[in-house]
Amino acid sequence: MSTLEIKDLHVSIDTEQGTKEILKGVSLTIKTGQTHAIMGPNGSGKSTLASTIAGHPRYNVTSGSITLDGEDVLAMSVDQRARAGVFLAMQYPVEVPGVSMTNFLRTAKTAIDGEAPKLRTWTKEVKDAMQKLRIDADFAQRNVNEGFSGGEKKRVEILQLELFKPKFAILDETDSGLDVDALKVVSEGVNRAHAEGNMGTLLITHYTRILRYIKPDFVHVFVDGQVVEEGGPELADRLEEEGYDRYATGAGAATIAAAAQA
Amino acid sequence: MTEITTEKARIGAPSAQPFIDGFTEEGESLSPINANASKAPLAGEAVKRHSHGGGVGIPDSSRAGRLTSYTLADFKPLTGLEEDWRFTPLKRLRGLHSEVLSGAAPTVTVSGPERVTVETVARGDVRIGSAGIPEDRVSANAWENFSEATVITVPAEFEADTEIAVLIEGTSTEAAAQHIVIVAEKFSKAVVVLDHQGSAVVSENVEIVVEDGANLTVVTLQEWNDDAVHASSQQAKIGRDAKFKHVMVSLGGDLVRVTPSARFTAPGGEAELFGLYFADAGQHLEQRLFVDHAVANCKSNVLYKGALQGRNAHAVWVGDVLIRKEAEGTDTYEANRNLLLTDGARADSVPNLEIETGLIEGAGHASATGRLDDEHLFYLMARGIPENVARRLVVRGFLHEIIQQINVPAIEERLTDAVERELALTDN
Repeated sequence: MSTLEIKDLHVSIDTEQGTKEILKGVSLTIKTGQTHAIMGPNGSGKSTLASTIAGHPRYNVTSGSITLDGEDVLAMSVDQRARAGVFLAMQYPVEVPGVSMTNFLRTAKTAIDGEAPKLRTWTKEVKDAMQKLRIDADFAQRNVNEGFSGGEKKRVEILQLELFKPKFAILDETDSGLDVDALKVVSEGVNRAHAEGNMGTLLITHYTRILRYIKPDFVHVFVDGQVVEEGGPELADRLEEEGYDRYATGAGAATIAAAAQA
Repeated sequence: MTEITTEKARIGAPSAQPFIDGFTEEGESLSPINANASKAPLAGEAVKRHSHGGGVGIPDSSRAGRLTSYTLADFKPLTGLEEDWRFTPLKRLRGLHSEVLSGAAPTVTVSGPERVTVETVARGDVRIGSAGIPEDRVSANAWENFSEATVITVPAEFEADTEIAVLIEGTSTEAAAQHIVIVAEKFSKAVVVLDHQGSAVVSENVEIVVEDGANLTVVTLQEWNDDAVHASSQQAKIGRDAKFKHVMVSLGGDLVRVTPSARFTAPGGEAELFGLYFADAGQHLEQRLFVDHAVANCKSNVLYKGALQGRNAHAVWVGDVLIRKEAEGTDTYEANRNLLLTDGARADSVPNLEIETGLIEGAGHASATGRLDDEHLFYLMARGIPENVARRLVVRGFLHEIIQQINVPAIEERLTDAVERELALTDN
């Protein structure tokens, strides 16, 4: 059983207009076996949270902490975080020219496990995982994400999730840009990984659609760099009906008060 | 990679509008004097012994106006201010531009299919001068001083199933001259690998004749020792419907300057020019290429990629593509990409595209020099891959695009290992 704990996290970025604070005190605790959904309108800081956990250099943590089983995640480099068990399925996976998927997957698996996977079982494992996600076999020969469609890129992210077996998976708008069929395939992949019982999931999404396929235990609503409401799966249903409008300035404060009483 | 400069130009089919005097479909017309310009030095009127370029009225800035001659005295002593020498440290040429090249030329050993003939011939051989004419003083100096040449002939209609390996091994650092002629006769198919090794101070002329319908690949590897100085002019004359592929790889040597050119002499030809260079601290690796579209309906594609690391690592790439007035239906693209792996390295990249007719399929050029893309590194590191391994993966991938053009597995493997060794130098 592992715990990823985020405490009072403040994050800013440098812009041409100066420093801009994006996360304004976020606290969140995720345990193995749990699925947390983070929902919120565009620009609320959801993706910043994801990238900050993974260690993207663009984001500066000004205060607060992130720990994984008590270990200081913020003190780790990007690759150390991944090896410690944090996996970020990216919203916009980049193309890495000249690096084949096969080479990339094997290199990453070797780095994460600390030893090279046994060639025969690994090849089979990759092949099976690709088949389940309905990724064509020839993708293995292609360069990382190069020329993949949006949906293909997302499937390849989930392929890595299934192969690398992280302690915590952060899915940054994995559902965006997917048609219903692809959404199902991707959700099944996440559910398979989750069913192995050693993973906690932080699912970041703008829409409630993916929550029909991946059931969250907790839902957190993000507005303007803060969690403004928290609840169970029923909160997602309410958001589906009402949207984010009621969290517009002014209403937000009232809701927080209501949530605090509840 | 951060794109610092990128230029693209594509010119489509002409419009149907009537011409206005003084204007072409492209806009204002070039000087009318140019209309009388003669063709490429090697086209039509056979090999001239001496030419001051394309003819009267062509401006010096045009590649067509470049002086070509077999006589050293026609080229003025170099000052370093000349357009084609401005990036080269003349002091490090070790006399290739100023001394009599009397040293022993690197030894040439050729192995390949039996039907390929290899001859050592005297200066008077009829094939000498069949594809090349010096375009600079260093090349003319070699032409004036070489004593014998190696002529490699792939007979007509013969398709070589293994590569023709030409080992060029230097053992002395006395300034020397070298001459090699490669003839791919009609409808033949072959891969020739010029493998430069050892220590040498040498100016080399390589003439390449690609006869009608032939398909020739020439790979030139510069894996010299650290003290070598090498200037190599490699000029190809491409016949009707012939295919020519040139792959240049410069890794070792103090100063290496390769100037490949591809001249189309009949329609339907195709040329691909690839290059890979990896410059370390203090190394000067220069490549200047020329694609001369002198006739209609030919295609060319150029891609050079370089990596640089260490203090005063210097790479120069100049790509001249000339589409002459006669060259209607031309399709050409050239690009250069440089990766600066450390501070203190310098890459100069100059794509030159001259277009004298608008009636072409396409013409484009691009150049980009930058550092490793942080987003690439982040992606790989976010999968647990340590930074140094991630950097190597990206650089290896960047350069592999060129290596895989060679299609000779043993050479590809050797170059991949060589690139690994380069990367290990600074733990990239």
